[in-house]
Amino acid sequence: MAEQHDVVWLHGEGEIPLAELARMAGLPEEVVRELVEYGALEPAGEDARWCFRAECVTRVRTAARLRNDLELETPALALVLSFLERIQRLEAQVRHLHAQVAPARR
Amino acid sequence: MKYKDYYATLGVARTAGADEIKKAYRKLAQKYHPDVTQDPEGEAKFKEIAEAYQTLKDPEKRAAYDQLGTAHRPGEEFRPPPDWEKQFRERYAGAPGAAPGGGAFSFDDIDLSDLFEGLARGRRGGRGGATLAIPGEDFEVTVHLALEDAFRGTQVDLQLGMPELDPQGVVRHVPKTIKARIPKGATDGQRLRLRGQGGKGFNGGRDGDLYLDIVLHPHALFRPDGHDLYLDLPLAPWEAALGATIEVPTLAGAVNLKIPPGTAAGRKLRLAKKGLPKPGGGEGDLYAIVQIVNPTVLGDRERELFRELAAASRFDPRGHFSGGSHG
Repeated sequence: MAEQHDVVWLHGEGEIPLAELARMAGLPEEVVRELVEYGALEPAGEDARWCFRAECVTRVRTAARLRNDLELETPALALVLSFLERIQRLEAQVRHLHAQVAPARR
Repeated sequence: MKYKDYYATLGVARTAGADEIKKAYRKLAQKYHPDVTQDPEGEAKFKEIAEAYQTLKDPEKRAAYDQLGTAHRPGEEFRPPPDWEKQFRERYAGAPGAAPGGGAFSFDDIDLSDLFEGLARGRRGGRGGATLAIPGEDFEVTVHLALEDAFRGTQVDLQLGMPELDPQGVVRHVPKTIKARIPKGATDGQRLRLRGQGGKGFNGGRDGDLYLDIVLHPHALFRPDGHDLYLDLPLAPWEAALGATIEVPTLAGAVNLKIPPGTAAGRKLRLAKKGLPKPGGGEGDLYAIVQIVNPTVLGDRERELFRELAAASRFDPRGHFSGGSHG
């Protein structure tokens, strides 16, 4: 059974160093650096010891899957990630609006 | 072992060239990739497509697969050629984790894709990476939770196909039940990482992680938005007009809510901290959205009172219609 400290919510809080993030995604560190260069990821710390917010884990793991499965180059990968994020934001907005609207009454 | 028709999965002829196979795979992968598809079956379809491609893109694995011929139907139980068993046994004899003397080897419950993986690894010089640490497989699983379970925290049983080395040192995917504890703090679309709860690492490799994607079941009363909850609050016209103290359900039990006099439909009444707990501490809020509901069937006395009210009231709900404003 997992100990308390082994359960990590992947949302805003908590920072992850570059090497750890790359390992969690199964990507070479170089590719993670490229994703930062192309603006698909934003490090939270200083350049010398990049840290990433925990929610980046999801994005980098998605990047790794798309790279392996669709054989995408990093620039295309960055573009797809930005579109996926836009879709997620829009879906969240739809959820937010749905939550406030009463379903049709019978 | 169950036979799978990899060519049919990719929709290509058995004579297709490597380029054609790659193109077919890419086209299908773009359509069914779990990260981009809307298809609820996408993930399962993509797994089949990827498995087919993993075998057909590798000339050695493809040649071995082609040896199986065309006599089998997908899903049909079949036995690989007898000499394969011998090849397998020879390759895996002496592998780390292999039982001394090899033991009885059987293809019975081995998966077709694991078989080709095994053959390919054999051709690359046995288990040459014997001393190489192999990290365990990460798993990403969608977990459907009831709102109440997300509120309290819960434990879920997950059925995963865990890769394990059998006594011959062959990788097999064994169904395993993993108990994952989900602490309170979950909400729709949130992700959770359980360190070391994925597949076991081999040769000292680290254990894989388990990633959970949380999806909440729709609830009869509450609609989640992040950690906030929305609840429709039907009021009788007189409750809305006169104000009232009414009982409102929350996930932590009913609470009393004061309705101010003159409450309009659509008004959001906030019950602070009555939403879902947040992972970092604190709670979301519960919003009760006022609806004004009329009785559909009126008793004689009720009708009489409404008529009396209609006659006495000077309230004009459509006053703004005749305001003359066209802006």
